[in-house]
Amino acid sequence: MTTERADPMAPRPYAVERARQETQDTFTLELYPVNGARAVPFAPGQFNMLYLFGVGEVPISISGDPAQPQTLVHTTRVVGTVTRTMRQLRVGDTLGVRGPFGNPWPVEEAFGSDLVIVAGGIGLAPLRPVLYRVLAQREKFGKVVLLYGTRSPEDILFRRELEQWRASFELDVHVTVDRAVGRWRGNVGVVTTLIPRAPFDPLSTLAVVCGPEVMMRFTALELLKRGVAREHIYLSMERNMKCGIGLCGHCQFGPTFVCKDGPVFRYDRIEAFFGKREL
Amino acid sequence: METLERILAEHSFFAHLELRHLQLLVGCASNVRFPAGQFICREGQEANQFYLIRQGKAAVEIMTPQRGPIAIQTLEEGDVLGWSWLIPPYHWHFDVRAVELTRAIALDAKCLRSKCEEDLKLGYELLKRFAHVMQERLQATRLQLLDVYGAPAKQARGRS
Repeated sequence: MTTERADPMAPRPYAVERARQETQDTFTLELYPVNGARAVPFAPGQFNMLYLFGVGEVPISISGDPAQPQTLVHTTRVVGTVTRTMRQLRVGDTLGVRGPFGNPWPVEEAFGSDLVIVAGGIGLAPLRPVLYRVLAQREKFGKVVLLYGTRSPEDILFRRELEQWRASFELDVHVTVDRAVGRWRGNVGVVTTLIPRAPFDPLSTLAVVCGPEVMMRFTALELLKRGVAREHIYLSMERNMKCGIGLCGHCQFGPTFVCKDGPVFRYDRIEAFFGKREL
Repeated sequence: METLERILAEHSFFAHLELRHLQLLVGCASNVRFPAGQFICREGQEANQFYLIRQGKAAVEIMTPQRGPIAIQTLEEGDVLGWSWLIPPYHWHFDVRAVELTRAIALDAKCLRSKCEEDLKLGYELLKRFAHVMQERLQATRLQLLDVYGAPAKQARGRS
């Protein structure tokens, strides 16, 4: 994707327009460029490096609508010092942004066929831009199925949007949780158990998968079992990304760098080293 | 018209079963329905049936003293419910409750067990099919045990 950034290593200042707690340990920041700077377009699946001055920099996927790049939306989970501090940002606070980086989801490859979106946990965040893009041109796709698995009903991300999407009949939305207590009336079980009965034609389907690596591994196997071709399965990998442009080598994954060659990979291109404990 | 024989023959669990075996099974089968909230089976009770769910949803639950019932799995149309009837002492290991109106084919296990003893080929066929269901459930349970959506050890890119 063409961007206007002159130096990919120089952060641009953004300010917090809105901060929202999504679940107990996830939050969303909506950011806008300060000093009237122009927004940088992005594609679904790309990520930015977010820099908290004096604290550190972390790679975080973009979870907003690619048709509205003037508002940069990031949803993440509190897992370390930077994200813990990031959660405390308030409206008007500033941070640095580098990016967008990485390969996007090949949404257009699914034109004319079914699209299966499999998300696990906070893996729904990098896939939400796909859903926005699909809904903006819904007529170009066959069936569009979202299979979303998470830990418990309390951990469901973007709950209101999931309900809207389900009610709109534009998407087939299936949510499952690993365990449930109380009034939950939905599915219980791992997300892979949704695949055998999901309404799509495996011979004419593109699948995009994002979540913890072990979840993606079993999801890919289940999709293959259902009959989806290897070259029609895409996964978003995760490694320790630092520079974002394939120079530092921190995110090396086999012969590739996740920040530059990924994070979205075609399954058959990484299958040989996907799941290898040495990598 | 939908007959029990046709329903069983069309169910993936009984795919490619010999006709004579299918007819034996029909003799042990009946249509059942469970309104939402009704228990289909209770932990500790005798497991005298297994079910092929035709419609609706049922939750496999474990009762805990502090947290109440915890749902660990839901079963839907096309799923097989129950293998405790195969394994002595033939008692259910979980509660199963209809989450919504659930229709199923119940197979009388006492009747089936004796037929399996008499016809070992039928017994082996059923055991192979249940072993497949068990393997799938075991695999899913292992994934659940991994708690893959739990907090990771280090910083990650917008994911767990």
